[in-house]
Amino acid sequence: MTLGILIGFFIDQYPKIIKAVDKMTSWAIYLLLFLLGIGVGLNEMIIKNLPTIGLQALILTIGALAGSLILAYFTYSLFFKSKK
Amino acid sequence: MKNSLIILGFFTLGLFLGLSKFLPDFIMESDFSMYALYLLMFLVGIGIGADRSSWKVIKETNIKIILVPLCVVIGSLLGVGAISIFLPHIHLKEALAVGAGFGYYSLSSIFITQISGETLGVIALLSNILREIITLLATPIFVKYFGKLAGIACGGATAMDTTLPIISKYSGKEWAIISVFSGIVLTILVPFLVPFILEIL
Repeated sequence: MTLGILIGFFIDQYPKIIKAVDKMTSWAIYLLLFLLGIGVGLNEMIIKNLPTIGLQALILTIGALAGSLILAYFTYSLFFKSKK
Repeated sequence: MKNSLIILGFFTLGLFLGLSKFLPDFIMESDFSMYALYLLMFLVGIGIGADRSSWKVIKETNIKIILVPLCVVIGSLLGVGAISIFLPHIHLKEALAVGAGFGYYSLSSIFITQISGETLGVIALLSNILREIITLLATPIFVKYFGKLAGIACGGATAMDTTLPIISKYSGKEWAIISVFSGIVLTILVPFLVPFILEIL
């Protein structure tokens, strides 16, 4: 990744390459999630427990959002409110 | 939005292929998702390095703006940490890693799958997709009760792209830059923070 960032610094004048990299990134993500999908489909433990897993995911999301919202509220009232 | 649907589509396609068990053996046995991950990391790195405009935004805005992504990081991690008490099957460390996805579900779930296995990977995928969906749906309400940073905080890493329109609509256009900034910082943090939490903490 660090190697990638360094290369990125040098190729930033070449919009065509950047576009190609963006496209490849999307496809790499698609490929990996496709593979994750296959892995999950083959994994009977996950398939059997899907409702539990979904519920756990939802609970974690609620935790993350509640924490973020509360801190955002204080940050906003303490540092940003006067700015309007 | 379109991108999210494509990603979900690929995941679902893979899911059904896996369920049907109609796959050649080499896909099931070889670990070539590992190499695909290396490739992805390399590409993400190029993307970060080449995006001069994002470096510029970071340089030009005043120091106070740092507080925004910082409060998302601390808030998310405290929140998942606290709520993981109610989840007996999930370690604190695992909960923190899921929370450290900040809505960047594709990359975070890939990392978590690679390090901690598929079960937690799927939890991360669902949890972070839910984060994006809830942000899209509930930002108007959140902004009303928690102030103008609420949408940006909920959106996490997605505040720079998918949830930006709704944030700028309900918090106001002047918050769009802060939103993009926060999203960029969090997006860059995800590939560092998630492995750090799982492997070093």
